[in-house]
Amino acid sequence: MPLSIRALFFAAYRDLLGTPRLDVDLPNGSTVADLVLELRGRGAPFDSLPTEPAVAVNRHYALPSDPLQSGDEVAFIPPVAGG
Amino acid sequence: MIHVAVTSDPIDTIAVLARVGADDHGAALLFLGVVRNHADGRSVSGMTYEAYEEMATPVLKEIASEVVKRCGTDRVTIVHRVGELAIGEVSVAIAVSSPHRAEAYEASRYVIEEIKKRLPIWKKEHYTDGTDKWVEGMKPAAPERAGSLAERPI
Repeated sequence: MPLSIRALFFAAYRDLLGTPRLDVDLPNGSTVADLVLELRGRGAPFDSLPTEPAVAVNRHYALPSDPLQSGDEVAFIPPVAGG
Repeated sequence: MIHVAVTSDPIDTIAVLARVGADDHGAALLFLGVVRNHADGRSVSGMTYEAYEEMATPVLKEIASEVVKRCGTDRVTIVHRVGELAIGEVSVAIAVSSPHRAEAYEASRYVIEEIKKRLPIWKKEHYTDGTDKWVEGMKPAAPERAGSLAERPI
């Protein structure tokens, strides 16, 4: 069984990709870095995502090496500009 | 007492300030972030703020809890606005109080600086010439824990 995650895109990333969310299937054992690779490998416009974007898994900032599990919500966080 | 919120309603700044304070607190401080009419030499007509709300609220709570630990105050209120804002509208209000002014200034400064570093909120500047642009912000730092064997937060 592959693992199914939901990718979320905000602000500039959403505008770039033209969608706020995507459901993605990945091989078991995949990490945050694997998800980024899979998406960037889809070609334009996905290849305009940074090679190492800030990512939050289930609403906590994550490392590229963090493993993913089925059902995870993985948010791609553009450089933040609150305040 | 900590109170944080992300809201699409205009911020009642006096109500934010009224949430802090105590009988043994001699200093209360209100910081307001306000939409200004220019950026990088360009004339700005307004701003759109967008949040990853399900994450922004917990991050604000985390920042407020850090202030309690670091700055010797337990009265912190942070309210951040989202949506379409006009020039002069308040985008963020931070109120803190403490026994003496030094801790209040430190706490207020800490909150706004941490918001800039890691709160998942973005803003798009609308210029008077009809164009707009997402503001280039800061990339949040990766969490400080070791590699893939680290325990995942639940």
